[in-house]
Amino acid sequence: MIEHFNIIILVLMIITAIISLQVKDLLSASMIFGIYSFLICLLWAEMGAVDVAFTEAAVGAGVSAVFLIATVYNTKRRSSD
Amino acid sequence: MKWLALIAVIATGSLLIYAVSDFPDWGSASSPANGGVEGAGRSVSQTFIEETDTLTHVPNIVTAVLADYRGYDTMFETVVILAAGMAIFAILRVLRDTEKPVDQSKHDPSIDGDHQRIIIGTTCRLLIPVIQLFALYVVAHGHHSPGGGFQGGVILGASFILLGLATDLETAIARFSEKQFIGLACVGIFIYAGFGVLGQFYGRGFLDYGALQPIFMTDGEPMARSHAMLGVEVGVAFTVTAIMFAIYANLASKGELKNGL
Amino acid sequence: MREFIENFVQPHFNYWAYVIIMMIGLWALIAKRNLIKKLIGMSIFQTAIILFYVSLGVKDGATIPIAPHHVAGDHADAHDSEHAESHDDHKAHPKPVADDYSNPLPHVLMLTAIVVGVATLGVALAVSQSLFKDFGTLEEDEILEQIKSGDYYD
Repeated sequence: MIEHFNIIILVLMIITAIISLQVKDLLSASMIFGIYSFLICLLWAEMGAVDVAFTEAAVGAGVSAVFLIATVYNTKRRSSD
Repeated sequence: MKWLALIAVIATGSLLIYAVSDFPDWGSASSPANGGVEGAGRSVSQTFIEETDTLTHVPNIVTAVLADYRGYDTMFETVVILAAGMAIFAILRVLRDTEKPVDQSKHDPSIDGDHQRIIIGTTCRLLIPVIQLFALYVVAHGHHSPGGGFQGGVILGASFILLGLATDLETAIARFSEKQFIGLACVGIFIYAGFGVLGQFYGRGFLDYGALQPIFMTDGEPMARSHAMLGVEVGVAFTVTAIMFAIYANLASKGELKNGL
Repeated sequence: MREFIENFVQPHFNYWAYVIIMMIGLWALIAKRNLIKKLIGMSIFQTAIILFYVSLGVKDGATIPIAPHHVAGDHADAHDSEHAESHDDHKAHPKPVADDYSNPLPHVLMLTAIVVGVATLGVALAVSQSLFKDFGTLEEDEILEQIKSGDYYD
């Protein structure tokens, strides 16, 4: 059972990584990157690395998305690629 | 350019996938990282797991390794975070007065009747104390449950960021001013290094917490190590809190610390 | 084909996925022109490496690296008896067995790497904001064009 969980999360991670790099709206890219971080957090919790998962939940899904959004707000929202 | 990049990436990836077939099996307890190498002795992590409770009385092995066994490492990681905060200050911060006309309607919710701002502001006013209390619990209880200085510091910094997002940057800066957060970041490093130097006054090594037994008045060195780790984690939490908020404040306002998001 | 999957892909499926994630990040770092996209790619690359490190510490059937401490009921007298007697007397608390807990060392190394990673991401974002102030764009090719045409030094 836990292997299926692993495979689902890894496939979702690859999909979100590609989408966050392909989408042209940088605000959406930042939000999808937050989703990617949260999926990684789930994967670490499943591997038994609770401290790392906790840090990623606070840092990756919370603070770094806010930093990206703050920069996108102060610069351009559209990207050419 | 894109084709060249694709060729380089696929070449790197196929080399790595080729190397992956030599890895130990997934979850193997006898791999070199987990079980040591035959003839070369035990893995260091086995010793950490078996001896931590005897030597430090800290159940969370990750915290014990972070703050005690690898104390130097963590201290200079904290210094790196402080240096990153200072670098952002040097790159972005505008110190001269730009004299921009301040948009008054943005600050007073009663003028334009901005109901959304009232709802969000009230919700955050209720939520932020709970978040901060949880952050303090994570710092103080990092020995016994997942958590510690880094996580608690980030959550505490995020509560100030939430205040800045929900109202405006001036409201958050009024609670936690620039002088305060730069000072707090330096105080955190001083607390960490101070615990190290205190050990030297008792004739022991730098960051040797067992020497602090007379200060904490515990029966035996393991408990003194446990207390000193808590102090060190508090120092880490101070620095991380201050730098996370400093980075947000500078990024959101292009270094002017007003008219943010 | 089935043999190939059973012998090569299945035991190392996670590692294969990490290599793919790393390739996505590396590709974004090289091929994307927008600087924010490059930074997102850098973060994805970084998480692939962190995932690999944490995976090295996984053990089958092991629990999280938090060893049981004093039992809640006899907390007080456990303290007293322990400190009254000499310290090598730990018969009441048997030593934890290493194979029962996942390896804590990679967790420690990667925990600090994540926090330092977000601080350096902040520095990179600050640099890109400062570039935007000078050039008015975040596209790499447009910045290079402006530098080549010489109207950068105003």
